[in-house]
Amino acid sequence: MSETNTCSTPHSGSDRVNKSYFDKSRKSDYLVLVPDMLPIHFKLIMAIYEQYGYRMELLQTSTRSVIDEGLKNVHNDTCYPALLVIGQFLDALKSGKYDPEHTALLISQTGGGCRASNYIHLLRKALSSTFPQVPVLSLNFSGLEKDASIEVSPTIALKLIYAVLYGDMLMLLYNQCKPYEITENSTDELLARWQHRLGKMFHTKRDYMSTVKIYRAMLKDFAALPRTKEKKPKVGIVGEIYVKYSPLANNHLNEFLLSEGCEPNVPGLLDFVMYCASDAINDKKLYDTKTSKTLLYGIGYDVLYKFQKQQIKIINEQGVFQPPHDFEHLRACADKYIHQGVKMGEGWLITAEMAALAETGTKNIICTQPFGCLPNHIVAKGSARVIKQAYPDANIVAIDYDPGATKVNQENRIKLMLANAVL
Amino acid sequence: MGNIYDLGIDVGSTTVKTVIVSDGEFVYNRYERHFSRVRETVAEQLKLIRKSYPDDKFRIAITGSAGLGIAEACGIPFVQEVFSAFVAVNKTYPDADVVIELGGEDAKIIFLTDGVEQRMNGSCAGGTGAFIDQMAGLLGVTPDDMNDLALKAEKTYPIASRCGVFAKSDIQPLLNQGAKKEDISASIFQAVVDQTVSGLAQGRKIEGKVLFLGGPLTYLSALRETFKKTLSLADDKAVLPERSSCYIAYGAALHAHDLSDGMTIDEALDKITHAKTNDNIVVGRRLFESQEDYAEFIGRHKKSDLKYEDIVTYEGDAYLGIDAGSTTTKLVLITPEGRLLYQHYCSNQGQPLDIIASKLKDIYRLAGKKLNIRASAVTGYGEELIKAGLGVDYGIVETVAHYKAAAYFCPDVDFIIDIGGQDIKCFKIKNNAIDSIMLNEACSSGCGSFIQTFAGAMGYDIANFAQLGLFAKAPVELGSRCTVFMNSSVKQAQKDGATVEDISAGLSASIIKNAVYKVIRAKSIDELGQNIVVQGGTFLNDAVLRSFEQELGRNVIRPAIAGLMGALGCALFAKEKTAGSTGKSALISKEELEEFTYSSRALQCGGCGAHCNLTVIRFNDGHRFISGNRCEKGAGIDVSGRTENMIEYKYNYIKGLADIKLRMKPIAKVGLPLCLSYYDLMPFFAQLFTDLGFELVFSEESTRDTYYKGQQTIPSDTVCYPAKLAHGHIESLLERGADFIFYPCMSYNIDEGGSDNHYNCPVVAYYPELLKANNDKLTEKNFISPYIDLNNKGHVAKAMARALKDYGITAKQVMALLNRAYSAQIDFRRDVKGKAQEIIREARRKGQKIIVLAGRPYHIDPEINHGIHKLIASLGFAVITEDSVAGLVDTPALDVLNQWTYHSRLYRAAKYVCSQEDMQLVQLVSFGCGIDAVTTDEVRAILEEEGKLYTQLKIDEITNLGAAKIRLRSLAAALEEKDAQRSAKRA
Repeated sequence: MSETNTCSTPHSGSDRVNKSYFDKSRKSDYLVLVPDMLPIHFKLIMAIYEQYGYRMELLQTSTRSVIDEGLKNVHNDTCYPALLVIGQFLDALKSGKYDPEHTALLISQTGGGCRASNYIHLLRKALSSTFPQVPVLSLNFSGLEKDASIEVSPTIALKLIYAVLYGDMLMLLYNQCKPYEITENSTDELLARWQHRLGKMFHTKRDYMSTVKIYRAMLKDFAALPRTKEKKPKVGIVGEIYVKYSPLANNHLNEFLLSEGCEPNVPGLLDFVMYCASDAINDKKLYDTKTSKTLLYGIGYDVLYKFQKQQIKIINEQGVFQPPHDFEHLRACADKYIHQGVKMGEGWLITAEMAALAETGTKNIICTQPFGCLPNHIVAKGSARVIKQAYPDANIVAIDYDPGATKVNQENRIKLMLANAVL
Repeated sequence: MGNIYDLGIDVGSTTVKTVIVSDGEFVYNRYERHFSRVRETVAEQLKLIRKSYPDDKFRIAITGSAGLGIAEACGIPFVQEVFSAFVAVNKTYPDADVVIELGGEDAKIIFLTDGVEQRMNGSCAGGTGAFIDQMAGLLGVTPDDMNDLALKAEKTYPIASRCGVFAKSDIQPLLNQGAKKEDISASIFQAVVDQTVSGLAQGRKIEGKVLFLGGPLTYLSALRETFKKTLSLADDKAVLPERSSCYIAYGAALHAHDLSDGMTIDEALDKITHAKTNDNIVVGRRLFESQEDYAEFIGRHKKSDLKYEDIVTYEGDAYLGIDAGSTTTKLVLITPEGRLLYQHYCSNQGQPLDIIASKLKDIYRLAGKKLNIRASAVTGYGEELIKAGLGVDYGIVETVAHYKAAAYFCPDVDFIIDIGGQDIKCFKIKNNAIDSIMLNEACSSGCGSFIQTFAGAMGYDIANFAQLGLFAKAPVELGSRCTVFMNSSVKQAQKDGATVEDISAGLSASIIKNAVYKVIRAKSIDELGQNIVVQGGTFLNDAVLRSFEQELGRNVIRPAIAGLMGALGCALFAKEKTAGSTGKSALISKEELEEFTYSSRALQCGGCGAHCNLTVIRFNDGHRFISGNRCEKGAGIDVSGRTENMIEYKYNYIKGLADIKLRMKPIAKVGLPLCLSYYDLMPFFAQLFTDLGFELVFSEESTRDTYYKGQQTIPSDTVCYPAKLAHGHIESLLERGADFIFYPCMSYNIDEGGSDNHYNCPVVAYYPELLKANNDKLTEKNFISPYIDLNNKGHVAKAMARALKDYGITAKQVMALLNRAYSAQIDFRRDVKGKAQEIIREARRKGQKIIVLAGRPYHIDPEINHGIHKLIASLGFAVITEDSVAGLVDTPALDVLNQWTYHSRLYRAAKYVCSQEDMQLVQLVSFGCGIDAVTTDEVRAILEEEGKLYTQLKIDEITNLGAAKIRLRSLAAALEEKDAQRSAKRA
């Protein structure tokens, strides 16, 4: 309707920023560095890519220099996750441990209306003056960055889904066993064993596909861990995806909660994946837009949902552990408090997870967010009130994370919330 | 064998409170400042208790923001302070509804009825007690005096209430303009109250029986009164409990009662003195390894000094330079050869005019008869006032003054950094002109005065405090964000047992980090150039200077008169200007100075809707000086011949849409809020609703009051000001009797082409969701917010029909009218574009330069832009907007994902400006706009690639345009310099 520019497709970048592209034919020449977001899941994902000839390393540095590099190289008003991820990469490159000629960086990209979609660009800008030879790889399912994406063939995509499923399962079991373990570290050891075992399975042709068998074995192993019968308050963690999961970003929140005698309840990564998939479906419903993606996402969504239902079913069969939220149920929860049209960042998912947690007995909820996170104004702080109205005993606290916020402040706020904790 | 008592120890950020309880009753309480000597003070307090209770045992609990560390280290139970308050209130005032507790650096609210809810100030909110102390310091009075003053106030000024640093930058100009201390005191208390109400209550109403706790509320009656007035509390509903300052410790004592073991004071002392400190502290680099290092450093900097001349015996011409800064006043008098005759550097105590007049008297008294002040110049916040009051010949912008002075010491200077009391100013010099300017944003200002306040809080004067850091063994890393954050970092460091020396060194380093990474945002040292001159009073502090050299990894030049550089620059400027002429200085004479008096009066301007608070100063000779005005109308200047201003044009256009005539009996009254995306899409919706037969009701024009109206429903304190204003617009529509409010959610904006996508930012897209969830008055019926994508007509028709089905609207009906609505939107676009061309033509005819004021559509709201467009016009520029020229070019090559409609316009506007010789771009950024963290760097890169200057103005609820003015005037000065160079080249 209004004036349209004659400019065709947007340019792939200006000459102001020096950059290199990843030569896929020489992929084994590179060591691909992976940021520290979801340690359990990312180790599985790395195992998959290694099978396709990539060499990968998970960065787990958390020294002050990570933050300092971030502050130096990224606009300081950019969200904390960008600052940390980029800071961690630059800190690694500058450490001298890696040969810049043979190192590449992997960053995930979701491609929504949140500024997070810009991380890859900010990373390239940061590399431009010091490490222009280091290529950046995007991991995304939206067709962004065609020339610079890590390959996601249908087989790889499927394997990634399995990695998410098993990663979620392990995270869930770990969190439900760890607070009650009688033999110190027994849960961690079991987790490590399973990660190793799954890594090997991804190298086989189809062993990893036997979900039922694998879930049952996992459930059996974790249920066999000797645990106390005491009751501990459950604390849900929701929020911006990186801060929610990454120990680097959230100052080891999971560990802190365990040390405070709580059982952390962290909704899985599959929820976020399904949230992204449901986006195209919601858009069609809301705006009557139909693209090539709509159908594909629709099918993808159905597949994922089947997987999730299967997982829930098997957990319930055994009856020892609390299963994840059914995604359709999450959508129903969302509809009560916010519209599913709110789709930027983690969007309605945060509100829905808070509601679902409150409903299923996890009344204590920590909403983690980078300081000044735009979508969270709406979906977290903005909707806490309506959730509190529906669940008056819900105990919700929003914690901001940024390079300047001190751990003591964050812990104080969490402790205050725990002082009120509901069993 | 003695008794067993319960002891609560509340270790706050500034005080230690001890309370002993027996059978639930107070038997002992004490309140003591700890000056950051936390552990020692606690031990002293315990020893005091031991005197009275030598044989008794105590169940002990520690509480308070600084108590956690001690408690953990010594194994005495810790109880969260809000929880302590909760326990205490439950015991003594079970009928209380809300507790408000203000401490040294914390503010807390506990809601007790309908589900206990506890709120503490977040990481962004400045402390309140410390804030009041700091403000009192600024006024040169004690907090108690400030209380007395406030009780006598006649009016209050708006002062930003979000964080202490912001408020400070609102207060400073008021002081400089001579506003009454009584009124300022009351305004400060009002700001504290507003902060508590909006920052903490976040949408929940504070009502019922309210309990006041904590030091400030105990000791400051005016603060309590302000709370009562703001919250409309009756006397019996606002309760100050007995011993309210020690109330939290009382709660801890009650909590301790449930603990099993008692211990003697000796046992407790033993635990506290032997507690292990944990080694959590991140240690930075030492400033100096040895005394020799320090001596070398001192020797090197000694080289940059001025020569001196005795004012008493000197005969001949002299030049006076005055820098009337935000917190300090600087004066120099030099000979034509640049010898220093007189210098003065002092705090202005909020009365710069008085200070400067008295120093002038000093000069006249000292100077011999044959000393002739040939010319004088002034710069700084107080420039206009001083110029008007004392007849100073020239007024120049700070940046120019500083450059003149720096070039005097280092003619080929590349980079100047000035850290003053409140500002950091950095500028790059290219081709002998100021090329780019970086100023600290309002949130990190207060750098120099920050370290001073800190020194004061720890019981040192600034010089000694700084000196302590020089040989610190393990400087603490304190982070580099705003000073409020540093407060809590220091708290943590103290908790971890850092020494004062280490903290002093750490603070110096963190001021520098703030400057380098937040203000300069340098990626590599080479960017700054070879020759760096540092100045400003803060750099007289050797620890700060050394930290800077360390961070840069190279030596810099610090003139010995680093604190006086602005004044020196003025004196040099005055000399330059009068070279070769024989005129006489207009400076107030010795005799006139004897008679000099003035009076000040506050009043409100009625010139337009902005209702600026004016301060009118009347001098003894009858002439007046008006300040506080945002436009020239307030100062009584005729602006009728001025080129039309695009911002005003657009604003009037949008406002005028409310007058579209309806030709039938209205179906209902639809309320359309004048906020966020409506500033862009109003033509579409206004036309559509009118055609459908609805009567339009627009919300009021934004003012500060609009913000206050909606304040109680704002859930997220860190969202941008334009979004916060939306809450008030909703209230305004409800007041105006709209039958329903229509405010759609829009993930997508209109696709204008040339971009990767056409989203709205998350806040603009979904703010209606937040409004609905946080305002009780809104229902499904009176607040209609469908999801709409304007790019798809069929969908719009269906969505509108679905949303308006209660009013009998059908999709077919909407579909038939849609084209008219789209046309209205296109007309608006075309009109804006055409008007811009008109303005450009007129400007070119008059020889004016043109500024593209680039921001968002809602930046045309006068309450959001604070009249910046008028300020730009007053400097002689014509003003157009980003959207009026964005359509004239294609999108340039970008290194960001270009996926938001409004932001995409910025890139195109920047590219267009590059192609126009007489245009420059000024980017308006709302504080808290996360997306502009992406756009600003990109817009800057586009402009600088083509040799254009980049100017960014950050705006918030702060109405003080001081920083904006410096930037804009510097921009004007740099452009003039460029022109002069160009014509010199031609000649």
